[in-house]
Amino acid sequence: MRFLRESFIVFRRQLRMNLRNPAWVIIGMLQPVLYLLLFGPLLKPLVKQFGADNAYTFFVPGLLVQLGIFGAFFAGFSLIGEWREGVIEAERVTPASRTALLVGRLWRDVLQLFVQALILVLLGWALGMNASFRGAVFGIALTLVVGAACAAASNALGLATKSEDVMAPVINMVMMPVLLLSGILLPMTIGPDWLLNASDFMPFRHIVDAVRSSFGDDFGGSEIFWGTGWALLLCALAVWWGTATFRKESA
Amino acid sequence: MTLMIEARGLVHEFHTKQGREKKSVRAVDGVDLDVAEGEVVGFLGPNGAGKTTTLRMLTTLLHPDEGTAKVAGYDVVTQSEDVRRSIGYVSQTGGVFSGARAGDEVMDHGMLYGRSKAEVEKRGKELFAQLQLDGLWTRMPRNMSGGQKRRLDIVMGLIHEPSLVFLDEPTTGLDPQARANLWEHIADLRTKRGATVLLTTHYLDEADALADRIVIIDKGRIVASDTAENLKAQVSGDLVALEVADSSRIGAAADELKRLAGEVEVEGNQVRGRVARAGRAVPGLLRELDRTGIELESIEVVRPTLDDVFLTLTGRSLRDADEAGSEATNEEGAADEVPA
Repeated sequence: MRFLRESFIVFRRQLRMNLRNPAWVIIGMLQPVLYLLLFGPLLKPLVKQFGADNAYTFFVPGLLVQLGIFGAFFAGFSLIGEWREGVIEAERVTPASRTALLVGRLWRDVLQLFVQALILVLLGWALGMNASFRGAVFGIALTLVVGAACAAASNALGLATKSEDVMAPVINMVMMPVLLLSGILLPMTIGPDWLLNASDFMPFRHIVDAVRSSFGDDFGGSEIFWGTGWALLLCALAVWWGTATFRKESA
Repeated sequence: MTLMIEARGLVHEFHTKQGREKKSVRAVDGVDLDVAEGEVVGFLGPNGAGKTTTLRMLTTLLHPDEGTAKVAGYDVVTQSEDVRRSIGYVSQTGGVFSGARAGDEVMDHGMLYGRSKAEVEKRGKELFAQLQLDGLWTRMPRNMSGGQKRRLDIVMGLIHEPSLVFLDEPTTGLDPQARANLWEHIADLRTKRGATVLLTTHYLDEADALADRIVIIDKGRIVASDTAENLKAQVSGDLVALEVADSSRIGAAADELKRLAGEVEVEGNQVRGRVARAGRAVPGLLRELDRTGIELESIEVVRPTLDDVFLTLTGRSLRDADEAGSEATNEEGAADEVPA
């Protein structure tokens, strides 16, 4: 109860600041729309070769996970700005739970992601995506878990490095293999075996697979199990890491 | 006497890496500190002396590597939440986001202490009025003056009515007028609220003006703790400076002063020496100089300052220590950035 109250105070404060600077919110919303409108048509003629029959049913789940990962990865940058102005220290000197200080910020990121996901999925349907309702709901839920994990990791990284100059290259270094090995843009199955095997070690690929299966209403296979498992595990680890940095004395 | 702060043997080390070489800096090296309820204590020392690090340990932001501390009756390590509830802390940087509305920030901060929205709004507005921030409730700190922003930081630290307030370098970077104004508000903390105050500063006049007792820290160790008066009394006497009109008589003037001061310094046509209770000794000295026909251009008697105290205690003036210490502060800053 106290935890909810404290994290809500933090969440409301973050939301207020975000809304005061709506440019970022609008850019965030526009991104998936641009991808769908400008990249989607390129996939249409290719999609038969993947063994899929609808470009948008293939592409929307990938984009969704991409949004969840990459949008959230940048959450930590605003934390550095707050740290520099002494806000984090001022919060840490209150009796509020350290986890609440982190989770309140995650709620903001998850809310933003949720709105983006809704726009993306609704637009996908408008463009002819062939997905079931329950599949879309589950897919979005899974995306939110991944997004929370990445936002928590990003906050932890921001507070640990305390420097945009250190954080930006680290994020870029992580993002490239994630983007290339997770099958977000093109399915890994069309590549050579070694590449497919390499992608087995990329947790995000399993999550992309799970969201894709979910949108295809295929809840029978093992993809959903592994994807959900990875998403929950990553989220738990990231929240633990994030709380540790908020608790740690040097933060 | 109830102790609000009771620290024993506090130690904190920062670890830095310079290239491959690992270095440890003992920023705080065995600090004992007692602060009684209702006391205003000035924590004085040059940059990098360990003031802020000590404060961060007392406010639970930093774990002591060694030693123990009880703050407001609670242990800073095992009962950190109770400590946090009892204290207000105004850090050097403040804690209000420059792009958020002042009133919103104050209310959110108060609510993190478990206070209701109505309560923090009422209290926040009272504090705004008391600290001369009327009409600034919806203004963003980035559009405030330095003095206003600093007073806003103090409002943040007082929103939950703490009985013990820590102020870290409260007036650094303010213009003289804003400084004088802030001093009044800091003095009010005790006179109007009955709060115990521990403030750090590297301004001597600030410690002199505000604090009942001054604790001097240098290189992570406490080197003195007493009232400003008693500390100044440790410096042997007041400074008497004679400016001699006829430079050929300077030796004779020095001999006269030597009889009172023991040791004198001659520079140009000036003779300086420290004289115990100069106020009483100077009339006799003047008579003697007059009798021997030594004409003076001027005479100056200066009461010792805390800077003299610092010099007596550490062999360095506070200003020199500040310059040497800025390097140590950089190290401290760098250490902060190492993700451990």
